[in-house]
Amino acid sequence: MTSIASLNSVEVDYPARGRALGPFSINLASGEIVALVGPSGCGKSTALRLLAGLESPTRGEVQRTAARGETAVVFQAATLAPWMSASANVALPLELAGVNRTESRARARAALARVGLAGAEAARPAQLSGGMAMRASLARALVTEPKILLLDEPFAALDEITRRALADDVLTLWTETRPAIVFVTHNVEEAVYMASRVVVMTGAPGRSAGETSIEGPVPRPDGFRTTALFRDAVEAVSANLGRGMAAAA
Amino acid sequence: MNALRDAVAPLLFVGFLLAVWETACRLNHVPEYFLPPPSAIAAALAANLGILASSGGRTLAMAMEALAAAALFGGGLALIVTLSRTLEQAIRPLATALQVTPVVAIAPLVVIWMGVDHPDRAIIVLAAIVAFFPIFSGTVRGLTSVDPDLERLFDLYGARPVQRLFRLRLPSALPFVIEGAKVASGLSIIGAVVAEFVAGSGGAQGLAWRILEAGNRLQTAKMFAAIMTLALMAAGVHLMFQFLEQRGLKWWRGR
Repeated sequence: MTSIASLNSVEVDYPARGRALGPFSINLASGEIVALVGPSGCGKSTALRLLAGLESPTRGEVQRTAARGETAVVFQAATLAPWMSASANVALPLELAGVNRTESRARARAALARVGLAGAEAARPAQLSGGMAMRASLARALVTEPKILLLDEPFAALDEITRRALADDVLTLWTETRPAIVFVTHNVEEAVYMASRVVVMTGAPGRSAGETSIEGPVPRPDGFRTTALFRDAVEAVSANLGRGMAAAA
Repeated sequence: MNALRDAVAPLLFVGFLLAVWETACRLNHVPEYFLPPPSAIAAALAANLGILASSGGRTLAMAMEALAAAALFGGGLALIVTLSRTLEQAIRPLATALQVTPVVAIAPLVVIWMGVDHPDRAIIVLAAIVAFFPIFSGTVRGLTSVDPDLERLFDLYGARPVQRLFRLRLPSALPFVIEGAKVASGLSIIGAVVAEFVAGSGGAQGLAWRILEAGNRLQTAKMFAAIMTLALMAAGVHLMFQFLEQRGLKWWRGR
């Protein structure tokens, strides 16, 4: 598998906070789903921004082969522009890249339909529920058919039923274009459910505290959460997390 | 039922106060130049309706011209200032100094600069100075309070500066600009009236001049009538801008 992005011993220092991340390394192969798990403030989001090319490390090296427009990010909040309709929000990445209005709106409509929001094109973000807004945000990320999809605790603000439904939807969508996904969360079960590889980070400044591979088909079959495979993986990740917290303390 | 009660209660209260006022003036034989009874004020209002309305129109026109000028300069300067942090640091103290200086203190200067023959120009400039600050500071705040994640999204997709301005920062700023304009609309009327007093000449023929003129002639009932006209006009402007704010925000938010 070819690498699409990697962080090599990166460290990030913030002027006021001091060391936020590192030294930390991760290699992302094209088409794989990796979850980053760690305690609050361990630099997960910073690592994600490095992978997105939105920030530069203080030390270390970031390698990215994705061109502009091939990286998409979904943030913790839906981050839709309130003054634009759902379809205008989704069309925004295309329009910024110079795709003409007619085509970008048509592709936005198709992207909204893929996330189950057909018919909500004209709705404003304020009229959407939390789950629908997050779906629109996902549609905006997918509309450019990215090679890397970076999800920064995207379901943190949603209720359990909605977040499970969205987790399945993300995995189903992944099968269509197979982007590499990096998924940041502090929920161990969500990480194991979503990812084929879970990287655990220590408390701040975040370093790698271990890695767990999860076998099994994607999207996950019904009842996957009750299998021994799932439970064992959750145990293994939790143990890593415990060690990571102890190491940081 | 509750809505009706809410609407009627203030009217009843005002009616009660007017009745007390009227009765007290009549029983105590208060001289009319000192405190005219409401009936005399109503009569003065009716007798001078034409001239008060046209003076009110003059004041309103000057205030609105000042508001337009303030919006142009306040909004424009805010746009320039937010282009660079250094520029904002450089300009903000001066803008604040302008805001905290009482308009009456600079009025005589502006009257001299605009020419004593053109009090209306001086009044517009002074009212614009008063209305400038809320628009300037509202626009600056709006332009700098863009959702940082939306900003990152524009970074991610390589937005050009023009795209960022028109598709992100200006629309983000709109609610703050509307709020600033609402505050400025009230201030522009206050500024126009104060400036008219200071200019102290009949050249502009606004409402403040009517108050001065009636005061000099001890036509107290007419003074009250002019003040009432002014209060009603200011309330009307306030209501209109409040309505525009609500409609604007509804349009912006989509509900």
